Amino acid sequence: MANIISEETIEYVGILAKLELSDEEKKQARKDMARMLDYIDQLNELDTEGVEPMSHVFSVENVLRRDVVTGGDMRDALLANAPEEKDGMFVVPRTFE
Amino acid sequence: MGKEKQYETVIGLEVHVELATRTKIFCGCSTAFGGEPNTHTCPVCTGMPGSLPVLNEKVLEYAVSVGLATGCEITRYCKFDRKNYFYPDNPQNYQISQLYLPICRNGSVEIETKDGTKQVGIHEIHMEEDAGKLIHDEWEGCTLVDYNRSGVPLIEIVSEPDMRNAEEVIAYLEKLRLIIQYLGASDCKLQEGSMRADVNLSVREAGEAYGTRTEMKNLNSFRAITRAIAGERERQIDLLEAGEAVIQETRRWDDERGCSYAMRSKEDAQDYRYFPDPDLTPVRISEAWLAERKAALPEFQTEKKIRYREEYQIPDYDIEILTGSRQMAELFEKTTALCGEPKKVSNWLMGEAMRLLKERGLDPEDIRITPSNLAELIAMTNRREINGAAAKEVFEAMFDTDVDPARYAQEKGLLMTHDTDALTRAVKQVLKDNPKSVEDYRGGKEKAIGFLVGQTMKAMHGKADPALINGMLRELLSGEAKFDA
Ligand SMILES: [Zn+2]
Repeated sequence: MANIISEETIEYVGILAKLELSDEEKKQARKDMARMLDYIDQLNELDTEGVEPMSHVFSVENVLRRDVVTGGDMRDALLANAPEEKDGMFVVPRTFE
Repeated sequence: MGKEKQYETVIGLEVHVELATRTKIFCGCSTAFGGEPNTHTCPVCTGMPGSLPVLNEKVLEYAVSVGLATGCEITRYCKFDRKNYFYPDNPQNYQISQLYLPICRNGSVEIETKDGTKQVGIHEIHMEEDAGKLIHDEWEGCTLVDYNRSGVPLIEIVSEPDMRNAEEVIAYLEKLRLIIQYLGASDCKLQEGSMRADVNLSVREAGEAYGTRTEMKNLNSFRAITRAIAGERERQIDLLEAGEAVIQETRRWDDERGCSYAMRSKEDAQDYRYFPDPDLTPVRISEAWLAERKAALPEFQTEKKIRYREEYQIPDYDIEILTGSRQMAELFEKTTALCGEPKKVSNWLMGEAMRLLKERGLDPEDIRITPSNLAELIAMTNRREINGAAAKEVFEAMFDTDVDPARYAQEKGLLMTHDTDALTRAVKQVLKDNPKSVEDYRGGKEKAIGFLVGQTMKAMHGKADPALINGMLRELLSGEAKFDA
């Protein structure tokens, strides 16, 4: 493996993804991620000069909608998915500004 | 004996503007204000798995129009990107925005301050979605989320760091607001949050490179912006003078305390890992469509002012104020087209309308009088059907509820009487009851006539033409007649 993922990187990526990993999982994740980067390195060997990065698989453009209200009130159906609700709202753990 | 260092303030703005569309940016939910929590929601704007966003064409139209009006280059092939972060106001865990190919780039607006005119560069304008609203439940110690605002369309206008003081910042914001209001793309109200300005500020010694900047949020009025700029400039200079470094961070302005504090802890790394949104298709803008947008641009203030000077005989000051609001300018032009009396229309708008707006705490954009009603009121005063005081009363009613002036004056008994016999009787009675004033007037006291007119108006319950009364009084008083018989 050419790539080495530091402990700090795994720590940082964990924070970004809101994941709490055990030491064992961190070790495994470092290995997995290094292998992925190795694969990317392999792809980088290809000559992609002048090739635009592809973000969309289908060549569909300009899918737009008119500015007309079509969505109804789906509150009850949506709240049915919430772990907890109160006064027609989603309850989440207390946040601080 | 150190020489006082001279610091220059360098300011750039990120302005978020809520667009005046009927529906959200990526779904058909209403953007109307004041709905019960979560009653304007669907699977798209609550980030349900498997839902598919589709761009609202009106958002694209408004964004491009603002770009054209600010001299931007329009990106012919643009895309949306995902900005990843976790916060409960953002149900998808990413905000759909534009990083790599924003819709507009490299524009500028001209601002005017007491130091003259200046160009403020616009780095880019991009389209994005607003977040939901968090309500803190102190009683239960939890947070409640309302997603009615989630997915409301915004454009973010990013300026170049071209401003140097609060006056320039305010002038820039006012210019943007005017352009956007003229386009009808937003009402741009800072207090109500339909326009939000984040201030990026750094200081540097004259001639040096840019210093480290901070970003200030939560600025809800021009006053707060002015105070926050002064406060942040001072804070940064104090740090530098003490040999410390300015840290690049986001700070929240507390207008009540008059100070700012750092918003995010180190735990919340600001690493948004943008990548193109695969759910939304790229947008390709054709030359034909762009030409349509250009043709649809309204006449803006600069051109309007020139035309007003040529077309209407009204003072420059009136022109400046009237064209300072699209709503006001439209009301002025349409009413003038109906009655052909620009000066009278302008007088009503500059006088009574401005007074009432101030009294009611409203903006000129809020004025709701219809041109036909204002033209009718002017015609009624021209025909002497209504006197000045009563006309003001009618105008106020029109201002508040846009009533029909003729019907309102009729119902409220504000029309002047055409019963000349009754008026003659009233004038004679007043002369009889006020021999002292008669004597004063005849003795050369011109002012006494005013009192007599007032007494007659009172006797007529305000429904008479003061000019007519004045004439009758003068005629009766010109002879030697006695009135006390
Ligand atoms: Zn929706």
